[in-house]
Amino acid sequence: MSIKSVDERRLREVALTPDEYRVIVEQLKRAPNEVELGMLGVLWSEHCSYKSSKALLRRLPSTGPGVVQGPGENAGAVEIGQGWSVVFKIESHNHPSAIEPYQGAATGVGGIIRDVIAMGARPVALLDSLRFGPLPESRHHFEGVVAGVGGYGNCIGIPTVGGEVFFEDCYASNPLVNAMCVGLVRTDHLMRARAEGAGNSLMLVGADTGRDGIHGASFASVELDEKRSERRPAVQVGNPFLEKCLLEACMDLSHTDAVVAIQDLGAAGLTSAVAECAGRVDGAGARIDVSRVPRREREMTAYDVMLSESQERMLVVVRRGREREVETIFQAWDLTSAVIGEVTDDGQLTVFDGDDQVARVPVRLLTDGVPMRRLVGLPPEPPYGLEVDALPPLADVGATLLRLLASPNLASRRGVFRRYDHMVGDSTVVAPGGDAAVLRVKGTRLGIAVTTDGNGRYCHLDPHLGAQLAVAEAARNIVATGARPLAVTDCLNFANPDRPEVYWELEEAISGLAYACRMLEVPVVSGNVSLYNDSGGESGIYPTPVVGMVGVMDDYGKRLGAGLRAEGDFVLMIGSSHNDLGGSEYLKVEHGHVAGRPPGLDLTRERAVHRLILSAAQSGYLHSAHDCAEGGMLVALAEACLLGGLGVRCPAMRPEPPLRLDAAFFGESSSRFIVSVPSRAMPEMQSLARRHNVELSLLGLAGGDIIEFEGQMKVSLSDLRTAWESLIT
Amino acid sequence: MKFGVVVFPGTWSDRDCGWVVDQVLGHELTYLWHKDTDLGGCDCVILPGGFAYGDYLRTGAIARFAPIMEKVGEFADRGGLVWGICNGFQVLCEAGLLPGALIRNASLEFRCEWTNLLVERTDLPFTAKCGERDVLRVPIAHGEGSYFADPATLSRIEQRGQVVFRYCDADGRVVPSANPNGSLHNIAGVINTRGNVLGMMPHPERCSEAELGGTDGLKLFRSVAENAFKVLVS
Repeated sequence: MSIKSVDERRLREVALTPDEYRVIVEQLKRAPNEVELGMLGVLWSEHCSYKSSKALLRRLPSTGPGVVQGPGENAGAVEIGQGWSVVFKIESHNHPSAIEPYQGAATGVGGIIRDVIAMGARPVALLDSLRFGPLPESRHHFEGVVAGVGGYGNCIGIPTVGGEVFFEDCYASNPLVNAMCVGLVRTDHLMRARAEGAGNSLMLVGADTGRDGIHGASFASVELDEKRSERRPAVQVGNPFLEKCLLEACMDLSHTDAVVAIQDLGAAGLTSAVAECAGRVDGAGARIDVSRVPRREREMTAYDVMLSESQERMLVVVRRGREREVETIFQAWDLTSAVIGEVTDDGQLTVFDGDDQVARVPVRLLTDGVPMRRLVGLPPEPPYGLEVDALPPLADVGATLLRLLASPNLASRRGVFRRYDHMVGDSTVVAPGGDAAVLRVKGTRLGIAVTTDGNGRYCHLDPHLGAQLAVAEAARNIVATGARPLAVTDCLNFANPDRPEVYWELEEAISGLAYACRMLEVPVVSGNVSLYNDSGGESGIYPTPVVGMVGVMDDYGKRLGAGLRAEGDFVLMIGSSHNDLGGSEYLKVEHGHVAGRPPGLDLTRERAVHRLILSAAQSGYLHSAHDCAEGGMLVALAEACLLGGLGVRCPAMRPEPPLRLDAAFFGESSSRFIVSVPSRAMPEMQSLARRHNVELSLLGLAGGDIIEFEGQMKVSLSDLRTAWESLIT
Repeated sequence: MKFGVVVFPGTWSDRDCGWVVDQVLGHELTYLWHKDTDLGGCDCVILPGGFAYGDYLRTGAIARFAPIMEKVGEFADRGGLVWGICNGFQVLCEAGLLPGALIRNASLEFRCEWTNLLVERTDLPFTAKCGERDVLRVPIAHGEGSYFADPATLSRIEQRGQVVFRYCDADGRVVPSANPNGSLHNIAGVINTRGNVLGMMPHPERCSEAELGGTDGLKLFRSVAENAFKVLVS
């Protein structure tokens, strides 16, 4: 019963350490057999167990007035009123997408959809937060991932309404693919994946089980090495058509009371689904027989079946005696279903292959047995000072604006989102391209706003502040549509945490997230951690926490778009500007630096600005609102003009010292919006701003087909559009 | 007026079409399951958008063998109104109820965006509420919507005036830059010779309410709803 009894190579294969193996032997009071070792290996992987990050994740606030389901389930859920809840989660599929961009991205989308279905909710929107290396070198990743996201979402018929695409050197070997799904459910029909009731049946439904994706979870928990092509078998293949049928069958299913719970089969396949489902109920166990699992390949071993990550499968806990009803529903959709076992009350996961018992492991050991890793964080060298005063003055405002608009991180994403069906469902009332997208809840006046945000560059320069800025910007995107920020799902993408500076980044970023979420009262109800985004010794990715946020408005008739709407409207800047050039696109594009400190953030002021915008939107004073983000005021203004098809004429920009002209135009100070207001509403708008103690300044008047700052710049909308749409091939 | 919306496995515009019929227009609605062999007495059958049977072989290639399609064919033969939208258009071409075929977009990419459609026939039950040479703003969402027909077929349908919609610019000019997918002659929708089977790639059900960005699609639904009684089903 020593470490000697197991081949070290075998341990490496299942990604367990010798120490972890010792714990297993101690707990089982015997050596695990092959199948048990495989099951423990996947569930104890970083991807499934969160052994490096769990302690830190507890810092995140996860409760609040509307929260009906926090972390720990397939997805989080928050009430939005009139008996409805919104269900959502974001998840990474980085490692598979690095190797097989199309299928990696497609199955990422498929997986997150199943998480929402498992809650009994109908998925209504998808978002995808993507990071790539620079073009053209990373075109293979970029094209494959965008095609994969579209290929799955378009076929299954769920609109892809938002997300981001950023390009930065650090993602060249490790692209990030974070998929978010949002669903709607009547709150009293919300389901939880709990294996209640000993004697109830476990049914496996959907696709047949093959050998695909074995060890996918373990593979996602190590650095990618030069043998990455050999990992291709660990990437699964998606079948969105089958998932569409599965989705509809599960919707039919959730309307019967024959079903106790639905659980998605994702990473670690059947092992994880059964263990998680049982693990959520004290003392529950399960007995399954792998010989009853429908297969698509011959001669699969118990090991293969337990570890397969074949897509488009669900585990259903069915009340004893009601199996026939469930089978009938799946038959109607031409889907396979099979009773593979039952819920027990012995706390053990027992696996049979016909008459032979092939594994018996305590559920608790599988789900909570892994020793938490205690990693040490050490701050790296304080990065990259920036002498703002040493920067040359802004030479040509118009030319700089054109270059910024044409730069990969600021150019229009129309070329991407027109490849996604963003309209199916007849609910998209604010389309992608502005700030958040807005979907109506049919049969009500409720609107939900959805967005994802994250700036790896800011987090690289200051992970604590960068994470806060991600939350603040997501909230601004929500507020810009007239919706109240409601709750967050987070996807934490980091490099190898065994490196102390990376673990420090993780700690800092989580603390920053926690602080900002508390201050803005947006609990984190679900999320995912993706570590080891490194490749063979190269420096890893920037710390990239991605914030998915959902907001709600009571009447979507009052929603706001980002584009200017009417000639003669006053175009205003809400909030104040500082010399925030650190980490800016301007600094990168014009001066070639990633340096300095990210924009400062005062979350109390941020809240005041949100309250002002929401109050003005509610009163009907605003014609449009747009968040000032990457690229600063002038890029935001240009976007508002381009989206609305209207120009703007402004007096010369004369910033008050110490504010620099370049920072006034292109600095990325937080807590700012560009809004347009009909002239008759100006007095009210001004007094509202005073009441909220928020700075308001007049930029200019909407109209015409140029953007002009008198004596400083004058560019036609058509030239701006040509630059802005340069990414569209 | 009773609309029947066909549901194949993989169909997803069924609920959107149903919403317009039922909630926006307030007409009677029934969903027709692909395994059904009865049209439930409906006056107009809609074949909606989606990826029927996954469209893995070729769009619409499997769907035409569904049991319901035999009844749809018989209904069309008797003069009943059949309206294929997006995937439904592809299915009707595969089923031989409409001429031509839909192939991969010229861009080789999926396209979801607004297009302008020039209405070339207003004497049909589907377009009776449109004005002469109206321009409708209707979104598309497809990867395989490029209309193709061999030269003989193409000239035949042109001569017989079977082209109902053409992609055009906002001013109604049929120009190459307004063609989103490489369709021959900018064709977006065609009708059979009898005038009772319409296929179109754009999605009128996505622009039948102002909050979705336009209401031009409603003109088509209204046309059907208010003119179907004129159609003789033998």
